[in-house]
Amino acid sequence: MSEKTPFIKLENVFYSYESDDETVPLPPVLKNINLEIEKGTFVALLGHNGSGKSTLAKLINLILLPTEGRITIDGKDITASEALTEDEVYDVRRKIGMVFQNPDNQLVATVVEEDVAFGPENLGIEPSEIRKRVDDALETVGMSAYKKHSPHQLSGGQKQRIAIAGIIAMMPECIVFDESTAMLDPGGRKEVMNTIEKLNREMGITIILITHNMDEAIKADRVVVINDGVIYMDGTPKEVFSDVQRLRTVGLDVPQVTEVMYELHGMGMPVDYTELDEKKCADALAELLRKKPG
Amino acid sequence: MIKDITLGQFFPGDSLLHRADPRMKIITALIYIVFVFVAKATLAYLFVILFTLFLVFISRLRFRIILKALKPVIFIMVFTAFFNIFWTRGEGEPLFSYGIIRIYKEGIWFAVMMVLRVACVLAGSCVLLTYTTSPIALTDGLERLLAPLKKIHLPVHEFSMMMTIALRFIPTLVEETDKIMSAQKARGADFSSGGIIKRAKALLPVLIPLFASSFRRASELATAMECRCYRGDKGRTRMTTLRYSMTDLALLLLLLFFGAGVILINIFLPHILSFGI
Repeated sequence: MSEKTPFIKLENVFYSYESDDETVPLPPVLKNINLEIEKGTFVALLGHNGSGKSTLAKLINLILLPTEGRITIDGKDITASEALTEDEVYDVRRKIGMVFQNPDNQLVATVVEEDVAFGPENLGIEPSEIRKRVDDALETVGMSAYKKHSPHQLSGGQKQRIAIAGIIAMMPECIVFDESTAMLDPGGRKEVMNTIEKLNREMGITIILITHNMDEAIKADRVVVINDGVIYMDGTPKEVFSDVQRLRTVGLDVPQVTEVMYELHGMGMPVDYTELDEKKCADALAELLRKKPG
Repeated sequence: MIKDITLGQFFPGDSLLHRADPRMKIITALIYIVFVFVAKATLAYLFVILFTLFLVFISRLRFRIILKALKPVIFIMVFTAFFNIFWTRGEGEPLFSYGIIRIYKEGIWFAVMMVLRVACVLAGSCVLLTYTTSPIALTDGLERLLAPLKKIHLPVHEFSMMMTIALRFIPTLVEETDKIMSAQKARGADFSSGGIIKRAKALLPVLIPLFASSFRRASELATAMECRCYRGDKGRTRMTTLRYSMTDLALLLLLLFFGAGVILINIFLPHILSFGI
């Protein structure tokens, strides 16, 4: 979408956690962050543990308030006054949903469909409309067959998809995934990633994916690397991951496919290590092997 | 180990009692309990017993399950019976006397009545409530039934939310306990030998991590709930709306019939089968 004002805008944002000892303030976790996120984009936030990426997510969703700086969401300055009214806070949270790391600690009800209904119920929506939203949301994440199940009978990936359905049912414009795949097995990760991609491509929901898995970040439109509280790199996956040296300087990995191609390139092979599509890379390698018999 | 734990004592089914609205079941259970205690005449007792058996019958639960429910209160029953037998002073000659111990037929009679009363109350309320209603429906019913009390600032909604979350997390915490215990066993902990004090001490290293993780879970859940716009009861609607049906009316009439029956027998037939007591 080509709107003039970005959906989320952070200007000179600083954040430091409160220290137990007031005379010795803790160093800021986020330093002078400037970031604009357009509606409908899929942004991956990369960084080490403790780089400040989760703090950034919590700022967007008003769980934390910045120490300094300005955050604007959908044209509305959420940091303008100290005290936002409760309704304004809920309005922001309705627009920006959040899915956390541990699927177990997000589900409230003992029945899947009741849990998905929790968000819309809090918004005070009509019962018949809630019913429809719950069914649609479960359909979207492919969990309709499990609507009468109890959460503890489900796998991690399934639970996480229920948590996502619970957010979709609130019809947000943006969903923040705070390392939502970190606790899942590879199968569960794939299920969740497919769902996330579907939400972005088919429903046009803005996605902010916080991760330290490079292979997940490839799927985004834009990759923002945060290191030590500042934005270290920002660009398309191709731009960011092709700068292998720069990523490695701060101890970050590159996607597996980039790593293979980069090493081959270093050995003098004529390959393009900026390509991120696994299939294309495999084809390129096959081509190379054919050209050089033996 | 304990993964397939049954929550509450709910036995799913499709009987009249299973289908009834949880609110109506709570109301009728209260009516039932009150009138079991109102019953005084012998014939009224008999009526109570027959009615309780009838409830068990329409719940289509197996009789063995009901007997199981009585097992934990056997001690209370024995205790009640004991006091009634030895402390009741009847008129006329004692049936048995030895030193200060004197047993009258009234004592035995009261003991039998008390035991039957406790058994009926328990069996009846199990059949009407816990065995035929899922814990979540029960919580929900209770919240809606007590909703008027919100006016006097009783935290009805909060209480029901707490119950729901507790029910939701029981399996999760059971699983976690299992994991921690396995981890401790793998490092040589022994939970199954020694006296009661030694075993209790061995459980301490299980309880501490369990508590720590519960606090972490609680904090994460609170954040997640806030993110889903939870602000207590304010402006909250529900997806499922409870509606009374003909089943509920039938159940209410049945229990009113029961109450009327007990009162009528108490008034008009107090001496039938009373064996002169």
